Amino acid sequence: MRTAVAFGTGLVFALGLGLGGMTQPARIIGFLDVAGVWDPTLVFVLAGAVGSHMLAWLWIRRRRNPVFAYGFQIPRERLIDTRLVLGAVLFGVGWGIGGYCPGPAVTSVVSGQPVALAFVGAMLAGVALFDLTPLGSPRVRSPLPAEAGTAARPADEALSALTDA
Amino acid sequence: MTGATIASALLGGLLIGLSSSALLLFNGRIAGISGILGGVLRPMAGEWSWRIWFVAGLLAGGLVVYAVAPGAFAVAVHRSWPLLLAGGVLVGFGARLGSGCTSGHGVCGLSRWSARSWVATAVFTAAGGVTVFVLDHVLAGG
Repeated sequence: MRTAVAFGTGLVFALGLGLGGMTQPARIIGFLDVAGVWDPTLVFVLAGAVGSHMLAWLWIRRRRNPVFAYGFQIPRERLIDTRLVLGAVLFGVGWGIGGYCPGPAVTSVVSGQPVALAFVGAMLAGVALFDLTPLGSPRVRSPLPAEAGTAARPADEALSALTDA
Repeated sequence: MTGATIASALLGGLLIGLSSSALLLFNGRIAGISGILGGVLRPMAGEWSWRIWFVAGLLAGGLVVYAVAPGAFAVAVHRSWPLLLAGGVLVGFGARLGSGCTSGHGVCGLSRWSARSWVATAVFTAAGGVTVFVLDHVLAGG
């Protein structure tokens, strides 16, 4: 069942991206281009997604367990650190260049367009590159030097069950 | 922007929200695409196959969209190849470093009122805005 849910949710996610226009990089660039002809499409997509998921979350959070699994894996990290901000800056620069974020990029592979294929190849290389750095190693829990001594942890390590008590 | 565009954008967003909600409700997992890709490339026991199936679902959904409306994948953005590739690497690396992307922080995190996600979303949107301004207005002379 978990497999079917994963496949089905991935499929619906892609339909939503396509219907919402998020697989068109020009729409993303148009949203980010506040000095040009601004394209607000992304705002409406985000409103629909966050609005519905926020309501669902209010209900889901009261459950002890998911329907087909034991424990929720929700990021529990609270610290706003250099790593979070620097990662978001790098991500934003790349997003502004290509107009693709990971979901739409992967979905666009099926179009076979060289731009989408090249972007996804480079993106996966970026993910793999991160895993090669000390920060990406699952064994390393140390924070960036600037935050030595704080409780910063890689997000993967911070994933924890809501209901682990 | 027409009313039809607004309606399909809202409906598209609703599908994304429903998908994220179903994955959380049934499997207890966050629909963060960069995290899912990271987990595909660096498998952890018991957490690999659902990620592969989610990506397969994304591709299947992409095929449906392509069959119905190939124009949904129009690129219409012109960047040099080296710049485009650099952008891809930055998106992949930055999403992993910042623990999320537009789906994990932008949809799932905002919905859970995660302060980290609100900060990340504000920062990457601002960084994207500055990048587009520099590329399309400063450097392009427009």
